[in-house]
Amino acid sequence: MPRDEKTLLRKFHEAKWDEQIIFEMSVPGERGILVREVEPSVSKKVGEVLDSIPLALRRKSPPKLPEINQMRVMRHFLHLSQETMGADLTIDISEGTCTMKYSPKVQEHVAARHPGIREIHPLQPAETIQGTLEIIYKLEQFLKEISGMDKFSFQPGGGAQAAYTAASVIRAYHASRGDTDRTETITTMFSHPCDAAGPATAGFKVVTLMPNEEGYVDVDAFKAALSDRTAAIFITNPEDTGIYNPRIDEFVRAAHKAGALCYYDQANANGMLGITRARDAGFDLCHFNLHKTFSVPHGSMGGAVGALGCTNDIAKYFPVPRVEFDRKKKAYFLDYDAPESIGKVRTFMGNVQSLVKSYTWIMQHGAQGLHEVAVCSVLNNQYMLKKLNEIPGVVVRYAPGKRRLEQVRYSWEKLKADTGVGTDDVMRRMADFGLQHYWTSHHPWVVPEPFTLEPCESYSKDDIDEYVAVFRQISKEAYENPEFVKNAPYNSVVHKVPNPSIDEPERIAVTWRQYLKKKEKAREGLATRQLTVEKTH
Amino acid sequence: MSKERTIVFPYVPNSVPSVKAEMLKEVNAKDEMELYNEIPEHLRFKRKLKLPEPILDEYDIRRHVEGLLEKNKNCKEYLNFLGAGCAQHFVPAVCDEINGRGEFLTAYVGESYADHGKWQALFEYCSLMGELLDMDVLSVPLYDGGQAAATSIRMASRITGRNEVVVPRSMNPEVRMVLGNYLKPDITIKDVDFDPRSGLIDSKDLNSKVSAKTAAVFLENPNYFGCLESQASEIGKLARERGAEFVVYCDPISLGVLAPPSQYGATIACGEYHTLGIPMVAGGGVGGFIATKDDMKYVREFKDLMFGITETNTPGEYGFGEVLFERTSYGSREKGKEFTGTSTGIWAITAGVYLSLMGPKGMKETGTTIMQMSHFAARELAKLKGISLKFKTPFFKEFVLNFDKSGKKVSKINKMLLKNGIIGGKDLSRDFPKLGQSALYCVTEIKTEDDIQKLVEALKEAL
Repeated sequence: MPRDEKTLLRKFHEAKWDEQIIFEMSVPGERGILVREVEPSVSKKVGEVLDSIPLALRRKSPPKLPEINQMRVMRHFLHLSQETMGADLTIDISEGTCTMKYSPKVQEHVAARHPGIREIHPLQPAETIQGTLEIIYKLEQFLKEISGMDKFSFQPGGGAQAAYTAASVIRAYHASRGDTDRTETITTMFSHPCDAAGPATAGFKVVTLMPNEEGYVDVDAFKAALSDRTAAIFITNPEDTGIYNPRIDEFVRAAHKAGALCYYDQANANGMLGITRARDAGFDLCHFNLHKTFSVPHGSMGGAVGALGCTNDIAKYFPVPRVEFDRKKKAYFLDYDAPESIGKVRTFMGNVQSLVKSYTWIMQHGAQGLHEVAVCSVLNNQYMLKKLNEIPGVVVRYAPGKRRLEQVRYSWEKLKADTGVGTDDVMRRMADFGLQHYWTSHHPWVVPEPFTLEPCESYSKDDIDEYVAVFRQISKEAYENPEFVKNAPYNSVVHKVPNPSIDEPERIAVTWRQYLKKKEKAREGLATRQLTVEKTH
Repeated sequence: MSKERTIVFPYVPNSVPSVKAEMLKEVNAKDEMELYNEIPEHLRFKRKLKLPEPILDEYDIRRHVEGLLEKNKNCKEYLNFLGAGCAQHFVPAVCDEINGRGEFLTAYVGESYADHGKWQALFEYCSLMGELLDMDVLSVPLYDGGQAAATSIRMASRITGRNEVVVPRSMNPEVRMVLGNYLKPDITIKDVDFDPRSGLIDSKDLNSKVSAKTAAVFLENPNYFGCLESQASEIGKLARERGAEFVVYCDPISLGVLAPPSQYGATIACGEYHTLGIPMVAGGGVGGFIATKDDMKYVREFKDLMFGITETNTPGEYGFGEVLFERTSYGSREKGKEFTGTSTGIWAITAGVYLSLMGPKGMKETGTTIMQMSHFAARELAKLKGISLKFKTPFFKEFVLNFDKSGKKVSKINKMLLKNGIIGGKDLSRDFPKLGQSALYCVTEIKTEDDIQKLVEALKEAL
């Protein structure tokens, strides 16, 4: 039966296998795989080599890993994969600010399977990895052009690590100038938490500015927060709301006047490729998440790359090694000669497989393709905003009539007031229609009952229409039968977890052994209590 | 852009002109640039990006990228003896099969309903690592071993309220560089000498540097040179007596034959889990872990997400929830423990698959094969004229060869080896000049007697 032509809804049930935890499948003696044994001649020559291990360092009892035949291991993990709603499976426009685009299979097949990337050791001599170095070097040239910056580092393993690395670089920059009183950074509440936490980890005191009634950061409030203690500002534009701050260059000028550096969190630059550039608004540093803007799959939360860019003045503090090209020798090389570098934030050269994928993707699109990506991601967003605005219960805060860029922070404030159904309830119910749960908002919620959507360029008009149809349906259900929505999901892998925030020590079980111990303890506790009750009677 | 020929990009469905026109009409925009009317004119980028002309068809893009990768010399065609934090181990086919599944590969931060399988797979990764390490508590993975070491030390500092860490001078220089930046500005690093004869930490120097200010004593075991720190137990005792945490960085693939750090006194175990079923990928195949016992003093200090097992409203049905979410920067911004973010989920799932396949016997046998093969190689190589084993200390997987008596530089020898299809061990002369012309050789379970014989012959020729 196809999708309902009129409502665009599907009858859906996600795979549900009632899968055991892997330890519950163990059959003593079974083997999942056999491993190499050394040749008899080798074994004879080396003798009882395990005896050379100092007694205190020998493993005395084997680890309590499960023993499972290979087919069952395979089946188990396939079941778990089927119980996971990757972006390949669904219209996943639900992770506003972080929506993943389609990652073409061709890039994955090459990067994951070609021995020229897979079977490369990171410390091989440069002359043996010229292909890898060429890809990294050229990708850097692409990103320099796209951002206007002079230098990129691909070492950070994600956007948050890029923000942290930027904070480290900024600390080194001010220290080298003897400007040691710059102990504060400024960010905004609608910037990603890493723009606060990254600098805090690097030792800065963080000042966070709240939006005004129009959803912008007030220029005067910003200027008042600046001082000779300000080391840098860490902001994003558009913020999570999707509203572009047209006075952004005024902020940058004011910060520069106060002696601070300016960092632009461009994790998601989908809507801006070839439209506007960080450097042209005056920023000193910026970062792109290659796993968002430049099409690398998110891998169940990594590996990723937060590509960090900066101007020439700051480049000398960047991590080592850098990939450079020797024009005389016509060869790429790794440059460690950077005495003022902050050192390293990550071992080796970073997630090189991601760099190969992003290089491939940019090479498939060129300038015209990137422009198309930017336009379609913004067009999709404005189109969906119009459609969602028609749904009872949806509210869009701030800046009415202003065009948003690639995402919007919506609110179920009205739905909650009318029906008692809140954003978490709707979020759970989505799974019943074959959609990934949407992302609400970072904490604290400034917009009540928030949800953040971003229909990036990968999704067609029909995809968006189907997605909106689900929201229309859930809204209808909330007005007709709120309890039903509140107890969702019904057609997902599992049912509602009544208390998903686990904070009480006796409930914390992050490993199977910890779970078994706590269960045992609870049983003992119960037995003791029962005994006491019996005795008192 | 209007002068360009129209291209419908397969990954941009609404680039179909008629669809785009219809949607523009829906949003009351007369043209594409009206969508951007919030961006002031002076901030708009006026020219076209200078990027190479795109390669539009899939056959040619594949050929182009593969052509670049084929300029590399890979460790399948070359015989590789590099390790130093990234080693060439056996990767079971099932590991590749599972981490290539689109469901896992393209999943992100979905909740534990639609993404229940991902939550369970990561819970199982933590659980399996917990058994291997004989510890109860792990978070989701970290970026790499360097980050795991750095955060372990910061955890120790928060737990003890102290601001010094003692680390061995023999430690992995890559990890040491990560610490050098990450522990700023609050934690001071005290470097402890290693004994030039044994390669082990100098216990006298250590004793003089552990004080009432010490938050943690950090030890690698096996250490960077492959040596087994036989005094680990005593070092742990010293650390704890002086009120410091004992942080041990270990290689999980060794733990079928070596005792996990918790069994010789470590209060925090950490390290790099890339050895568990993950290819090298030019250093992209790395991931970090941290483990502790079940004590809220430790649990509260983890910086990354923790997935706890619980029950749904259907009796007996497993569900998952977030543990102590407020700890993290997602929950509390700058007040969270350090910062958290996307790390290495797909590799953690892979490591879980690997440990499930291996079981206790596979881990013991793998560890045994590595011990045998690496000792065989060391023995055969040390027989060569001009080569000696730098340290006569028990080791696992890696060992240091010294070439001083040959009168030749490691860099020169490695060039000769390369001509014979061999990638020699890591040249230590830059990071550890005191060791003279020495190289760190790594021999794992995938090396054969013939491989070692080939190396022996090539070295004979090179010397």
